[in-house]
Amino acid sequence: MNFEAFLQNLSNGISLGSLYALIAIGYTMVYGILRLINFAHGDLVMLGSYVAFYGVAMFMLPWWLAFPLAILVTAGVGIVIERSAYKPLRDFPRINLFTAAVAVSFLLENLGIVIFGGRPKAFERPAFMDQMLNLGGVSIVSYTPIIIITALVLFGLLLLVIYRTKAGMAMRALSKDIEATGLMGVNTDKIIMFAFMLGSALAAAGGILWAIKFPQINPLMGVMPGLKAFIAAVLGGIGNVGGAMIGGFLLGIVEIMIVAFFPELSGYRDAFAYAILILLLLFRPTGIMGEVQAEKV
Amino acid sequence: MTPLLKMVNVTKRFGGLTAVNNFSTELQAGELCALIGPNGSGKTTIFNLITGIYVPSEGHIYLGGDDISGKRPDVITGMGIARTFQNIRLFKGLNVLENVIVGKHLRLQSNVASAVMRLPGYDREEKEMRQTGMELLESLGLARFAYDEPTSLPYGQQRKLEIARALATNPRLLLLDEPAAGMSPSDAEELMTFIQHVLKTFELTIFLIEHQMRVVMGICPRIIVIDHGEWIAEGNPEQIQNNDRVIEAYLGASDHA
Repeated sequence: MNFEAFLQNLSNGISLGSLYALIAIGYTMVYGILRLINFAHGDLVMLGSYVAFYGVAMFMLPWWLAFPLAILVTAGVGIVIERSAYKPLRDFPRINLFTAAVAVSFLLENLGIVIFGGRPKAFERPAFMDQMLNLGGVSIVSYTPIIIITALVLFGLLLLVIYRTKAGMAMRALSKDIEATGLMGVNTDKIIMFAFMLGSALAAAGGILWAIKFPQINPLMGVMPGLKAFIAAVLGGIGNVGGAMIGGFLLGIVEIMIVAFFPELSGYRDAFAYAILILLLLFRPTGIMGEVQAEKV
Repeated sequence: MTPLLKMVNVTKRFGGLTAVNNFSTELQAGELCALIGPNGSGKTTIFNLITGIYVPSEGHIYLGGDDISGKRPDVITGMGIARTFQNIRLFKGLNVLENVIVGKHLRLQSNVASAVMRLPGYDREEKEMRQTGMELLESLGLARFAYDEPTSLPYGQQRKLEIARALATNPRLLLLDEPAAGMSPSDAEELMTFIQHVLKTFELTIFLIEHQMRVVMGICPRIIVIDHGEWIAEGNPEQIQNNDRVIEAYLGASDHA
């Protein structure tokens, strides 16, 4: 492989990784606060891309209006899910919450089939995202840097919220001890809702960017990115937002590079992600940034 | 004068177990009062009822005349009750100053949008928040730890930090759950002085659970004793030490036959 091809693959890996990272953050935030693997999270990726699709194709909205709108709608749906399916179960054993998450996931997927139809739809990229760029001999499509930059901006905003706002500080306190946080006068329900809102918004952004990169959407499209992002979250150390970003980028780059260096193995692409997960669980169960946590009593 | 805290016939049942039974008491503003009793007698349950972690099965709790029974913990904190925990529960991953600032959360106005956009109101409020947090740490002798991880502090200082975090919510009533637990006699001695200092400087009312009798007898003019969730005695240290029911509760029934 020559250097140009390597750079091309690298940019491809980074853009895929930034999508995994965007989605992984939602998993990790919810896990950090509620110790819940929100299996419905991947389906919000699907929802985000469909709302964006309909905004453009049906309501003829310009992309710069349709995309943020889709993010808002999905964030709203995330809040509704938390309120209706998770909040009433919060004081029950974790397995109930977990089962509810699986149920919500199936509900969203099948509602998607009923409402949007099972046939894949072609997602139309805005024209400026579809141009060939030539950067010093490396030719890439313009959506690649757009995805990466958008993701980085969103990461920056998220970190700003987590580390520089009172809601973010409450979120960090909440992830250590919900009860004590409530007793310090923080409305924990509101903060949990806020975390779901942020995670869902990022999932929707990930979904839209995913549809820009792979412009065919269907009601089950969220399953695979959801699983991969979950792996990325575990890889980075679940519960840790910075870890989810690192895990996402790492997984994306490794996946693309394996295919690039060993084209004959390209059929095993997904298997590599799972193999990484198994190895990680064997040798470093807490992930890259994860800390060993004492079991809560 | 309306008492600051008033509990009227409060009962808490967990299924068939009655943890607190028909408990009534009053605390006057400015008081330092202890709640003692053998292990499992329901002391922490009473604190959990006052702070809204549990809702009373029967009875009512009033803070300065307002009924707080059944209100959410954060609402009750907002009305002026703060507490510490038996096992220290500081927020790991947040530094000492941030731990205190979480307690100030309630008093803040600005929202996420203004923080992300760095509106001037937000900057001012953040500065104020950090400043008042620092002042609080200074007044309690914890300022030099401001940017340390809370778990890296010596045990006694962690106890103090928990009190500082509770004070950050501007309470009228401070509940201390075994503040001297696990402390050496000399540390406990220092803590007693510290609690008295806090009581005076912050014009508070303090209600504390404690097992170390030296602490209780040394600083609390009034002591309430419970056993099996029921009120059994109340009085000054001397009266409590000579009370038959208290001795019985702690040492077991003596054979009168």
